Amino acid sequence: MTVLANIISLTVIFAVPLLLVALGGMYSEHSGVINLALEGIMVIGALCGCFLLRAFDQNGFGKAHPQVAMLLAILIAAAAGVAFSLLLAFAAINLKADQTIGGTALNIFAPAFAVVVTWAIQGQGQTTIQIPTWIKITQETFGFERTDGFFATLFFKYQYLTTPVAIILFIVAWLLMYKTKFGLRLRACGEHPQAADSVGINVYRMRYAGVMISGFLAGIGGLAYVIAVGSGFSSSVGGYGFLALAVMIFGNWKPFTILGSALIFALFKVIAAYNSSIPFLPKFEGLKDQSSLYQMLPYIVTMVVLVFTSKKSKAPKAEGIPYDKGSR
Amino acid sequence: MLHITKEFPGIKANDDITLQLKKGEIHALLGENGAGKSTLMSVLFGLYQAEQGEIRKNGKTVHIKDPNEANRLGIGMVHQHFKLVECFTVLDNIILGVEDTKRGFLQYDSARKKVMELSQKYGLRVDPDALISDISVGMQQRVEILKMLYRDNEILIFDEPTAVLTPQEIKELMAIMRGFKEEGKSILFITHKLQEIMAVADRCSVLRKGKYIGTVDIANTTREELSRMMVGREVAFDIQKKSPQVGDVVLSVKDLVVASKAHNNNAVKGVSFEVHAGEIVCISGIEGNGQTELVYGLTGLEPVKSGSITLCGKDITHASIRERSKDGMSHIPEDRHKYGLVLDYTLEQNMVLQRYWEPEFQNHGVIRSQAVRKYAQKLIDKFDVRSGQGPVTIARSMSGGNQQKAIIAREIDKNPQLLVAVQPTRGLDVGAIEYIHQQLIAERDAGRAVLLISLELDEVRSLSDRILVIYEGEIVGDFEKAEMEELGLYMAGAKRQGKEAAK
Repeated sequence: MTVLANIISLTVIFAVPLLLVALGGMYSEHSGVINLALEGIMVIGALCGCFLLRAFDQNGFGKAHPQVAMLLAILIAAAAGVAFSLLLAFAAINLKADQTIGGTALNIFAPAFAVVVTWAIQGQGQTTIQIPTWIKITQETFGFERTDGFFATLFFKYQYLTTPVAIILFIVAWLLMYKTKFGLRLRACGEHPQAADSVGINVYRMRYAGVMISGFLAGIGGLAYVIAVGSGFSSSVGGYGFLALAVMIFGNWKPFTILGSALIFALFKVIAAYNSSIPFLPKFEGLKDQSSLYQMLPYIVTMVVLVFTSKKSKAPKAEGIPYDKGSR
Repeated sequence: MLHITKEFPGIKANDDITLQLKKGEIHALLGENGAGKSTLMSVLFGLYQAEQGEIRKNGKTVHIKDPNEANRLGIGMVHQHFKLVECFTVLDNIILGVEDTKRGFLQYDSARKKVMELSQKYGLRVDPDALISDISVGMQQRVEILKMLYRDNEILIFDEPTAVLTPQEIKELMAIMRGFKEEGKSILFITHKLQEIMAVADRCSVLRKGKYIGTVDIANTTREELSRMMVGREVAFDIQKKSPQVGDVVLSVKDLVVASKAHNNNAVKGVSFEVHAGEIVCISGIEGNGQTELVYGLTGLEPVKSGSITLCGKDITHASIRERSKDGMSHIPEDRHKYGLVLDYTLEQNMVLQRYWEPEFQNHGVIRSQAVRKYAQKLIDKFDVRSGQGPVTIARSMSGGNQQKAIIAREIDKNPQLLVAVQPTRGLDVGAIEYIHQQLIAERDAGRAVLLISLELDEVRSLSDRILVIYEGEIVGDFEKAEMEELGLYMAGAKRQGKEAAK
């Protein structure tokens, strides 16, 4: 039973960054901008969040108020994500640049920038920012005794503040997209910007909003990824930004299906990372390094899934096309 | 609107235009394609800003900076290309931009009630929960009209509303417009179809090449006068043509069957006919009776299921599109944006689309751009294709009539044996229509075979030497000359000739 609790809990913690970043991509694409820079935004968000945590660790504030410190780190990651996404927004919306190239440029820039900053702050060769251990949510956070039961494992072994934050942001995303006028207008901008313009919606402003929200979520997603992996931040988020794009496409640009596909992808990620400690998996005795086989899984699944779903997927119609008021 | 001037790079779209609209009138705005009607309306609606001139409403000067401002002034517009979000419901589209909310959440109940009331009052049948992508073009237009009414607009602009409608839908629209007039709403009706103006408008203002020509009362004018004002010269409504010199069989179709994309039945069910050199054969019928599929089968856009097509004695049933083109088939497609042009290519690139591989235009795989440019310029001059920047104009930026002229230039200059023209005058103004009709007749007189597919009975009657009536995928009548009434009966499927006669 505890094995099951472990798997579920780990799946959730790995699904959190995928969910956040994929939702971010969803906002951006519904506004009409393809956000390929998710990976880069994650790196920047993680970088800033991790440095704040390190600072709190060193000055003792973190140990005294762990969850407050964590919340601040989340906010700083989000803010950094927004700031970084503005670069994409400016290139894609004001300059009408090719969004794929703009996003790719930011993806190349972000890890390089992170390495430089990490070295500058930590010293030459210190490529990894360590994550303090006090950020974890345990029974002690709520003043309970530490226990080892099924539910204790489920809720208190691996979870961080990012999980409840992600759940709240998910509900907000669903409400915002489908129940508010902001969502209606945002989606109109991604589908038919001329139509939105003709009823007096400022397409440029909506697209800025879409990209900035995606920066907000991807920034948090970057921090959530680093925490989930647990081995510190070394200027990379391991392709999770692209995985999140696949989750978004598989999720058909809709919040609930994105949640579902994030969980499926996370499950494969967990199998990949913990295959040796999950008892019921086949072990492929003859192979030299069977764990690599499992580590390939999430990426193979991505490819297979995209092959089968890309045909009927419903991408926003006008995504990737710079909006030009004058064109007919 | 007083003295409005609007310039685009290289072109003065509106030059000192004054337009006055009275309350409770239907005011038509007439002009050829590219005369500046849509630009003028876009200025009024706030999509463009005029360089000079002012707009007054009820005597007060107003500045319309964006559609919101126009909306506040009670100005609404049905655009020529509908501004509807396809994956939204009808209701979502109507409320978009003026949503009701309660504590931040969208409220649909009162909006739905208001839409249904308006829909009842003016006879605008819509299903508020249907997706735009699932409803007919006619219903989409009703949604656009409801959008204006929902915003309580007093001045309604219709930008070529009838171009996409069937005759029945046009009749309904006219009735709706008269209803608005009785309510005291003012209507600006942009069109280039004279009979519609005569039928519904009170006054008419005419534009030509960006200039204001004049305003006339419909009661005191005639079709001929309007068209003279619009084109600047006399327009021949009746086409003069010599009797046909029928030659050999050019196209022979036997028992052709083409599957339908829309449903499981065959769209074309065993059609047989022949087209001879030197005659115009017209396939006439109500839309959706298999004409489109028949043309797709003939031109190679869709595979045929069975039967045979012979062009000048050569079996081309399964030939590729390029082979058909090489064997002498030219095709003026129904949808010029989808099949006729690559909209984001330049005019010259479009002109050599079917011929770039010929030695004249390429050298070891490299396009000879000089030759292409020269050839395009020749066609532009010969066929009077007007555009902003000549051969390097992007096709998308040209007016519909000139796009069509460009296609016709390309197809005719190939010296085809057979010219397949599908609704070649759809959405064009009288000047362009006249020109295209002349070209088709000139082709016939030069000994080519012309197969015309048209929904317009006037066009069918005045152009064709022989009429084939198609009904539900079968040819039900074959006439040398026919009465309108009788043609209508055949088209509606109420009458049919014997199987023998159809061959």
